[in-house]
Amino acid sequence: MKILCCISHVPDTTTRIQFTADGKALDRSGVTFIINPYDDFVLARAAELKEKNPTGVHVTVLCVGKNGASSTDSVDANLRKALALGLDEAVRIDAEPLDAFFVASQIAAYAQDKGFDLFLFGKESIDYNGSQVPGMVAALLGLPFISYATSIEILNGSAKLTREITGGKELIESPLPLVLSAQKGLAEWRIPNVRGIMQAKSKPLHVIAPLSVSPRVQTLRHEPPPPKGTFKKIEPERIDELVQELANKGLI
Amino acid sequence: MSAVVVWAETTEGRLKKPTLEALTAGRKWATTLGEPLWAVVIGDKLSENIPDLIAEYGAEKLIRILSPEFSTFIPNAYARALAALIREKNVSYVVIPQTYDGRALAPLASIWANAALFSGITTIPEKQAELWVARRICYSNKGLEWIGTAHLPLIITLKANSIIPEKSPYSLTIEDFSFRPPVEDLRAKPVGVEKVSTDKVPLTEAEIVVSAGRGLKGPENWTIVEELAKVLGAATACSKPVADVGWRPHHEHVGQTGIQISPNLYIAIGISGAIQHLAGVASSKNILVINSDPEAPFFKAADYGIVGDAFEVVPRLTEAIRRYKEQHSH
Repeated sequence: MKILCCISHVPDTTTRIQFTADGKALDRSGVTFIINPYDDFVLARAAELKEKNPTGVHVTVLCVGKNGASSTDSVDANLRKALALGLDEAVRIDAEPLDAFFVASQIAAYAQDKGFDLFLFGKESIDYNGSQVPGMVAALLGLPFISYATSIEILNGSAKLTREITGGKELIESPLPLVLSAQKGLAEWRIPNVRGIMQAKSKPLHVIAPLSVSPRVQTLRHEPPPPKGTFKKIEPERIDELVQELANKGLI
Repeated sequence: MSAVVVWAETTEGRLKKPTLEALTAGRKWATTLGEPLWAVVIGDKLSENIPDLIAEYGAEKLIRILSPEFSTFIPNAYARALAALIREKNVSYVVIPQTYDGRALAPLASIWANAALFSGITTIPEKQAELWVARRICYSNKGLEWIGTAHLPLIITLKANSIIPEKSPYSLTIEDFSFRPPVEDLRAKPVGVEKVSTDKVPLTEAEIVVSAGRGLKGPENWTIVEELAKVLGAATACSKPVADVGWRPHHEHVGQTGIQISPNLYIAIGISGAIQHLAGVASSKNILVINSDPEAPFFKAADYGIVGDAFEVVPRLTEAIRRYKEQHSH
């Protein structure tokens, strides 16, 4: 079984966010980039499947991105971190991710003739939370798409999955190949061990030139969020006044 | 002549709140464009009351795409149907509610309809020179991004609670659009549903969310949270540590790796306000924090704060709201 895990390279949640002077992009200086947390669920599940069947499962990790100027902004370093979980090889498509359509087109073009059985994505990336790329890849390749998956089991070439829906979960059966976007629950996060980190250093990491694709959506500018309104401290004895204020605002 | 088309997601004979938001946005967009608003329902049958509800929120035409294969939501099949409609009717503008199903449908439909996709925007697109322009929240609520496209068709999904549903009654015509999905789009089969809650407000749609964390000391103490939620008609939620130790179910976990919400009022009880938690809730319109620790970082992100013991403050707040509601219910 061949698995393709697609990951995003995103600023650490705790990092301070600033934009370039023209507002067109993130100011990357001093920003630490991590593997998107939802993609960690996917990598952990791929590692579990690989452990169960080391010779029968082959896992490729892919990211569309360019290495930044600093060591804390290296796509390659994050791909090696993923490989350290026991996965087989990595691919970096050497391009700035211009929009979701651009990224999905790169992934679909790379994967088209490789015979992958499972395409695993996090449900969204924590930078723009668009939830677009996995579904676009499924559509470009004409494969079944299961979003917000919280579990997947493979048996005899087909998959049993659960998917989060409003107020519950849905059980799904699908033949392979399929494209899945993962919600928390797919697997427990894993931390690579020293042996995994050592082995990852010599695993293949292919850098591939991108396809020429026109993005459909462009960034015009960024701006900081509007300043927070004034903070009001309420004494516990004066809760009635708070209730009145919430009511005046039409909140209750 | 084109139209603005809204995918109306129905559930058990009613329209979900995100659908009402999508219809309201679609109505405003259509009025600006001077084009009609159409709603499309995809399913195996149509509940009798749905057309009236759709007309109430401003649609002029209801397009039914009915086929037995659409009895449950299958992203590929629904997207193929929507894309066929967009192509055949030359539709340029599409609004999809940002629900679990809507977010699965939109990217597939965008590819098959050769459309641009604005995902999770918080404003109705506006025309600026040659571009359609809208805003979305980015970097865990630490930035805003303006995006633009000249590419049509354009499909949008709106972040929940970005627009207040408004009635705008129109007289409705009904049209059938005949489409049956190819078998290749029916490969992933839904085989069952497990409901976890039946009578509660869904977290992603709730206007008020009452959430609690480790400050409550144990799962047996959640009664005060549920009572406050009940008097407010709110959904209940929790922080990650509380879900991780099993005090509360995982589907209640809000935060970066849980569910992201943006209710009108978020009440956080005994939650310190770690940045990963804030990433999931900071776009709430109003935040009330109740915490015994005056140094809790959550106060910095709050609109209202009460420093005090939750076991004392929360029942008092519940009682004050109950009293207010009784006095003003006549």
